Amino acid sequence: MKKAMLTLTLVVFLVATAPMVSAQTELSMWYHGAGNYVERDLIIQIIEDFNASQSEYVVTLEEFPQESYNSSIVAAAAAGDLPDIIDVDGPVMPGWAWAGWMVPLSLSEGALDDFLPGAIGEWNGEIYSVGLWDAAVSIYARRSALEANDIRIPTLDDPWTGEEFDAILETLQATGDYEYAFDLGMAWTGEWYPYAFSPFLQSFGGDMIDRSTYLTAEGALNGEAGVAFGNWWQSLFQRGLAPGTSQDGADRETGFIDGRYALQWNGNWAGITALEAVGDDLLFLPAPDFGDGSTIGAASWQLGISSTSENPEGAAAFIEFAIQDEYLAAFSDGIGLIPATANAAAMSNSYAPGGPLEVYFALSEAQALVRPVTPGYATLALIFEKALADIANGADVQDTLDAAVDEIDADIEDNMGYGFDM
Amino acid sequence: MTTMTWETRHRLIVSLRYTLLILISAIFIFPIVFMVVSSLKPDLQLLRDSGSLLAFLPYGDVSLNNYADAFERVPMAQFAFNSIFTTVVAMFASILLNSMAAFSFAFLRWRGKALVLSLIIATFIVPFEVIAIPLLLVVNSLPWIGPQGIEVGWLNTYHVQILPFIADSLGIFLFYQYFRDLPDELVEASRIDGASIWQIYTRIIMPIAGPILATVAILKFLVMWNAYIWPLMTIRSEELRPIMVGLQYFFQLNTQWGEIMAYLSVVTIPVLIFYLALQRAFIESIATSGIKG
Repeated sequence: MKKAMLTLTLVVFLVATAPMVSAQTELSMWYHGAGNYVERDLIIQIIEDFNASQSEYVVTLEEFPQESYNSSIVAAAAAGDLPDIIDVDGPVMPGWAWAGWMVPLSLSEGALDDFLPGAIGEWNGEIYSVGLWDAAVSIYARRSALEANDIRIPTLDDPWTGEEFDAILETLQATGDYEYAFDLGMAWTGEWYPYAFSPFLQSFGGDMIDRSTYLTAEGALNGEAGVAFGNWWQSLFQRGLAPGTSQDGADRETGFIDGRYALQWNGNWAGITALEAVGDDLLFLPAPDFGDGSTIGAASWQLGISSTSENPEGAAAFIEFAIQDEYLAAFSDGIGLIPATANAAAMSNSYAPGGPLEVYFALSEAQALVRPVTPGYATLALIFEKALADIANGADVQDTLDAAVDEIDADIEDNMGYGFDM
Repeated sequence: MTTMTWETRHRLIVSLRYTLLILISAIFIFPIVFMVVSSLKPDLQLLRDSGSLLAFLPYGDVSLNNYADAFERVPMAQFAFNSIFTTVVAMFASILLNSMAAFSFAFLRWRGKALVLSLIIATFIVPFEVIAIPLLLVVNSLPWIGPQGIEVGWLNTYHVQILPFIADSLGIFLFYQYFRDLPDELVEASRIDGASIWQIYTRIIMPIAGPILATVAILKFLVMWNAYIWPLMTIRSEELRPIMVGLQYFFQLNTQWGEIMAYLSVVTIPVLIFYLALQRAFIESIATSGIKG
């Protein structure tokens, strides 16, 4: 009887503890790609491969729609309910790190050696996130239109100068063949403004903020270079060279393809659609150089680890697994963005040598400049957007930029420097 | 001759009136026509037509492809079930709870009634966005009896989408207004006849509260069916998401406008059916509100 009881106790103990002994540690992951079934299949494939590759961790996925993903993260952070692995838009990362929602990412040495700089999320001397891809913008043009007007085709090493570009816009507008010479995409409000338009300001020699301290925008945004940029920017609309803030979203989508706009400032993500519509006549040209070099924006969605994760090592192991070249190339083939490494680009359909979007990898490598790396970026971006819209609508350039600087500096002061030494 | 003149004038007035009414109704109908017609067109054609009257005409490459693609992109059946379930439960619970509260305010005598009613009405001025984060923190720390026993936190559940929205100050106010306008003799006579409070509520008042029931039901239906911010904050699993959050699935790097229109067309149909079903009672409620019987 005693022996039977002992055996029964042992069996109960073994049954009760069996799941504990064999259970893998669960790592929760939130991702912004709900609704994009190509992206979902890719991320699920990576997760399945990772789960099968080792026995210590099992990653589970929750997907959120991109448009509302940040709101869900903010709510989860407020509730103390963040997952282990989160993805984060590059310029937003410093804000989340500063808020204490993310921890630095510990990857193997050399894991990011070949990565495009825009795909690495670094803040305060630490890497917090890494992207499987980057995005880039270029000028869409028709070779036939340029040749018909004796306009030289610029290269990465020899882009159009500011003066040259301005003259080209005047020439194309004067042909009368187009409603507008240059479509900037003013209909795309929000993050498009700082992402797509701050590179023009940087090429003039200005910036959204003084990056040496991140404590003021004085001089960077409203200095000589900033005002020169503002005057040029305003003149595009006053001279009727570009559609303004009232541009219809539909015109943005179809204006260049239908031949109503001569040139268009657009991202690589729209490249395949434009190629299908325009064909081999389509060119992707580098940004003009207004004196301080050609610049384009950088940094897209990246993976990082939440501060509430109880298994940051496991989360880091998954991220390191996910950034293998084969997955970067698969993502590029699936959703059209630029692979984060040259090896992956060579493996991809669009960005391999001779591929239809090959030029974008070089553009990203040579010209990309991440948006200001500060927790105050979200506010900075809103103020910048408003200032550009006001100037486009005819507001005084110097006054508008001065007011924007005051607003940015006040926000920095209100937030005690956002972690930068005041 | 005079009769003809009068008839002509009458016809003219009627014609003008109907023309005006048609024009006004067109303002409300055209967006729906645009939505449905656009849902049948490919994206490029949809965008090209959007600046002209062609946007209202189903011509060109018309098909149901957007509907098929929308169903493939979003688990619409699951989202629809979630929305119908949370909406119906919240609607019935809300009608029951709020009508009982209003009955108490209208017919029962208790100390502090006026003050409590004033406080409830005062909450009208507090928008949901103001209380969203505090409410999130509250529901995240509330207990619930689940399959695993007592659990703390309501996040990612059906009940977190329902319970906070049952008690509704607008619903209480609307019921109260309606009840207050009923003849006092109705309740007094019932009391004299020996009816209990519960019997007066269930057998005398609620059976004649049809119009206000329809009004509160429609308003609650709209609030719950259109729920967006709260589910975004509290729901993590796709299996529990309501239908309006699904709309965000279509806003990708290249937005799928045709699919959005198809999705919206499907989402709008239940709202129209529900409204049309209760339209008569809804209008009656508005028409009779404030009239003392």
